[in-house]
Amino acid sequence: MLTKRIIPCLDIKDGRTVKGVNFENIRDAGDPIELGALYAEQGADELVFLDITATVERRKTLAELVTRIARHINIPFTVGGGISSVEDVRILLNAGADKVSVNSAAFRRPELLNELAQEFGSQCVVLAIDTKFEDGDWYVYLNGGRVKTESKTTDWAKEAVERGAGEILLTSMNNDGTKQGFALDITGRLAQDLSVPIIASGGAGTMQHFADVFEIAQADAALAASIFHYKEMEIQDLKKYLYQRNLSIRF
Amino acid sequence: MKTVIIKYNAGNIRSVLFALERLNIEGVVTDDPKEIQAADKVIFPGVGEASSAMKYLQEKGLDKVIKNLEQPTLGICLGQQLMCKHSEENNTECLGIFDLNVKKFTSPVENLLKIPQIGWNNITGLHSKIFEHVPQNAYMYFVHSYYAELGSETTAIANYVINYSAALQKNNFYAVQFHPEKSAEHGEKLIESFLNL
Repeated sequence: MLTKRIIPCLDIKDGRTVKGVNFENIRDAGDPIELGALYAEQGADELVFLDITATVERRKTLAELVTRIARHINIPFTVGGGISSVEDVRILLNAGADKVSVNSAAFRRPELLNELAQEFGSQCVVLAIDTKFEDGDWYVYLNGGRVKTESKTTDWAKEAVERGAGEILLTSMNNDGTKQGFALDITGRLAQDLSVPIIASGGAGTMQHFADVFEIAQADAALAASIFHYKEMEIQDLKKYLYQRNLSIRF
Repeated sequence: MKTVIIKYNAGNIRSVLFALERLNIEGVVTDDPKEIQAADKVIFPGVGEASSAMKYLQEKGLDKVIKNLEQPTLGICLGQQLMCKHSEENNTECLGIFDLNVKKFTSPVENLLKIPQIGWNNITGLHSKIFEHVPQNAYMYFVHSYYAELGSETTAIANYVINYSAALQKNNFYAVQFHPEKSAEHGEKLIESFLNL
């Protein structure tokens, strides 16, 4: 039986792991390769590396980092951050990434999703959406949560899947960094409405939160960062807990 | 020992190379028929689309080369599908090493089954030398929308609403639908067993 996936997320800036709380106040959390390998050993099902470096050299340094990760880590990983063209994706996949995640660039030019699916296949195209609940609905935010759009998250996610996105990585800005649990309503709506896997992100604080997002919202995967980086929760303990809750989990 | 990875227009070759590297084996990536024929072990990887991959193999004359290999040969993911008889993906005639058809997953109820299947699934009924050090029910990493049906050549079964061939073997030809190069320690054991054949 296909299992629910636990995915640690490593935010990368200038080759180091960082974690923002509510997308602000970034703080150092260690070497990405070391952390990634440790998580793989502890039973992480996949890894996500999000590059938040803003320098001109970023594309080259990111490709080099991706190759180092691919060399050392024996589970699948996704790379995201500032990806805006077929060429960007080609470089990262050739460097050894299994999947890429696109966000703002795909929203601004949705044809990018069609192009990526056509060129590399939907299975390696993850659409990341940062979403916030306001005025009675969930809206899409861009540029790491700094720019609001008028698009509803459900509409954009549906269009993205039609265009070729193979998975949706949904981050609730209301929940991110709060440790009060995942956004069950919007995650559940997408999981029910869409034919592709949904990765829930933002708000994980307890093991119960993971069980809820799998059982109630029917998410296919759950992503978290700081609780793993700061060793507030061990992946093995989490997976054991979920297994005991009768969820399908890999050991 | 020389291990060759067949180069064609399908991704994922680098991941296989790195997996070999972690086992201290240097793989050679090539589309040269002579070099492929002379290798001790051949790996036929693949992530991509069946019809364009088959067209590329035919243009390079690699279709005949692969079919006639006599050394241990391991197809991975699309590699396995291309080693079957026919694929529903753009109605493609494949290499026909395995007498099986490749079909697309269909969801019995809308959105119940996410397609492609992405993630870790367990494999059962293991009976092939490449599984010598892999336990029954081991989890492997799968990413695919198409699957090979069950048949007498099936050496591992996975279930995604239906049972299908997670692995196949016929004589020197081995194939797996999952990605051993991304399946942590069980995947590593499988690759190691293949290299030790």
